[in-house]
Amino acid sequence: MKHTLQQVFHSGRFVVGFSVFMVVLLIVIIYPLILPYPPLEIIGQGTFFPPGIYVNVYDSIGFTTHYTLMLDEAAAKRIASKLNEEDRLAIKEWLVASGVPEDEIDTTDTERLLDQWANNYDAKVKIPGMTNAQRNYYIRLDASLEGILSTEGAIIAAKNPDTGALEEKGTVEQPDYANVGEVPNVRVLPLGTDNFGRDVLTELVRATGVSLLIGFVAGIVATSIGLTLGLLAGYVGGLMDDGIMFVTNLFTVIPTIVLLILISFSIGQERRGAVTIAVVIGVTSWVWTTRAVRAQVISLRNRDHVNLSKLSGHSIFHIILADILPYIASYVVMALILQISLGILAEAGLSILGLGPRTTEVPTLGLMMYWGMIYQAQILGKWWAYFPVVIVIALISFSLNLMNTGLDQVFNPALRD
Amino acid sequence: LKGYSRYFGGKMAWFLVTLVFAFILNFMLPRLMPGDPVAAILSRMAQGMSDASGVQATYEHYTELFGLDRPMLQQFFIYVNNVLHGDFGFSIAQYPRTVTDVIASSIWWTVILQLPAIVVGWLIGNFLGALAAYRRGVFDKVLMPASLFASSLPAFGMAIILLVVFAVTLEWFPTSGGYGFDMIPNLSWEFIWSVIVHYQLPFWSIVLIIIGGQAIGMRSMAIYELNADYVKYSRFMGIKDRKILRYVFRNAMLPQITGLALAIGTIVGGALVAEIIFNYPGLGSTIFTAILGGDYPLISAVMLIITLMVLITTFIIEILYGFIDPRIKTAQAEA
Repeated sequence: MKHTLQQVFHSGRFVVGFSVFMVVLLIVIIYPLILPYPPLEIIGQGTFFPPGIYVNVYDSIGFTTHYTLMLDEAAAKRIASKLNEEDRLAIKEWLVASGVPEDEIDTTDTERLLDQWANNYDAKVKIPGMTNAQRNYYIRLDASLEGILSTEGAIIAAKNPDTGALEEKGTVEQPDYANVGEVPNVRVLPLGTDNFGRDVLTELVRATGVSLLIGFVAGIVATSIGLTLGLLAGYVGGLMDDGIMFVTNLFTVIPTIVLLILISFSIGQERRGAVTIAVVIGVTSWVWTTRAVRAQVISLRNRDHVNLSKLSGHSIFHIILADILPYIASYVVMALILQISLGILAEAGLSILGLGPRTTEVPTLGLMMYWGMIYQAQILGKWWAYFPVVIVIALISFSLNLMNTGLDQVFNPALRD
Repeated sequence: LKGYSRYFGGKMAWFLVTLVFAFILNFMLPRLMPGDPVAAILSRMAQGMSDASGVQATYEHYTELFGLDRPMLQQFFIYVNNVLHGDFGFSIAQYPRTVTDVIASSIWWTVILQLPAIVVGWLIGNFLGALAAYRRGVFDKVLMPASLFASSLPAFGMAIILLVVFAVTLEWFPTSGGYGFDMIPNLSWEFIWSVIVHYQLPFWSIVLIIIGGQAIGMRSMAIYELNADYVKYSRFMGIKDRKILRYVFRNAMLPQITGLALAIGTIVGGALVAEIIFNYPGLGSTIFTAILGGDYPLISAVMLIITLMVLITTFIIEILYGFIDPRIKTAQAEA
């Protein structure tokens, strides 16, 4: 046993796959201990907030010390964030259309461009060929440029509860800075929020855990059924073998996805929990294991040590446990690993069809994909809502497959390099 | 020829038994579902109907129309009879369209998408796998992990990556649909071109996944064969590498064909999900909307069609296999 383990861990592929898998597993276990946010809590009022550090504006204006930092680039950055490349070209277009010679306009010279704009723009002027939407765009642009070059600060005012009049509370100067560490309310959303306004990273970690559980349960169920049927068919033989093989062949030919969809659909939305889905996946995917185990057992059935055990009067149960199982153990482990990976993929496929576990209860990787797709995250360019999910699924499945090929190389010498 | 006919006869019998069994499952499972399909239609039809006896009459009319007032067994035989006449009943969500009508407008998209994708993916994958086994070295070191990664990606994952890279970011191909949304299907060059452009992303997303899986399988088989005695003997005899490679390829290909027959159900399932991502007007999108709408006659029928497609494909592959592998003929003739 020890020797086998040593051999297994000498296989580079296995070690890489195993490490990746362990890292994923550790993150799933440790993350909730450090950041115990509830994974399904809806924190964002709105859909798909981009990834970033969210600093409370109210707190950072009113209740934190303001530090004055004189940084050279500050004004330029402020203007650039309000006036992007597209806006500059739009301004140029308007200016040219209103009669300013094209060679006098330089879109890189912000001050001069704004100056020309202020001198020439008139919302009432009708430019031929301009649509209403474009006119409105220019009106909005003009409003947003109001005071863009000013160096004055902003005044903070609050309503007096008695008189209703605005009272000045303080001013915020342009070179004022707040230290993020001193702002009491800061939330880091490394992967933004999803369509419900949930923290994607927290949800993703929890979903990975649930999906691993689903894969594991599905794998255990499928492997147990497959192993039992395979052992019975292979060792007992006869009518038992014929019966089991008949059913196995039947299930091989009926596509698994068809069974999965039909059964999940029949269970109905209300009764679909994560474990139910896992069991359904397990129950529909044992055929491969049965075939493989049966073939192995048949080749073992008439070996000398098995015959000796039979002559010694051991029970069938004992023979299977002591003389057959140890010889097919590596096979069974490989089948289990494959089933786990297939189980995770099957859950994701089912959930994308809307047949996954109930959304309100647990997140799963498949459900996250489903909602991302329903809300068209891929078309809207909200990559954080679906791409990390695809990557996690691929990583888990890749690591498990790597482990499997590693094991294959160890136990199947013909494949060794 | 006696050997062949026995082989085909056996396969044919299996084909029919499985079909019957799948058919029964298809009929039974959705009908075990809680909920009343007639109520679903009625809630739409009865909007604005204030007369309670009118609603009751409508309900009874539809229950009778779908034959839901009869015992299950009788319903089953009526269903069998109808299906044999090509009548799958009405779609609930798209009433009064018939299920046959809905399926007829989507099945060809799926067939034309998946069949070539599976064949092309299988050919390229096996070629690359054999090449990797033969060449080894850098080619193998790059191809192996890449294939493993590609085959680890779920079908929808590959579809989304292609979609984001080539449709959303680069804008080389359209994001969804089977043809331009501003077009009506006809036989003009413009329409055909639009179909071809829309075809690319779904097609390659399926092909790439199949390439990954097949390349890995073929590589293992080919390495196994390359170590076989007949290869060493042929080398010893001074037979040219190209010729040996052809032997190896042919021998390693046989298990790959069986593998394809066994995996075709999984491939089709994955491809159906890929269709949904691209909003391709095939069976995948049809079943997606059917599930969302709780449209169980449509779900049953699509499932039956998919089962039938997979069964027929498997059957054809096994028939071909019988011709390719001479051992089958002898084995059957001896038995």
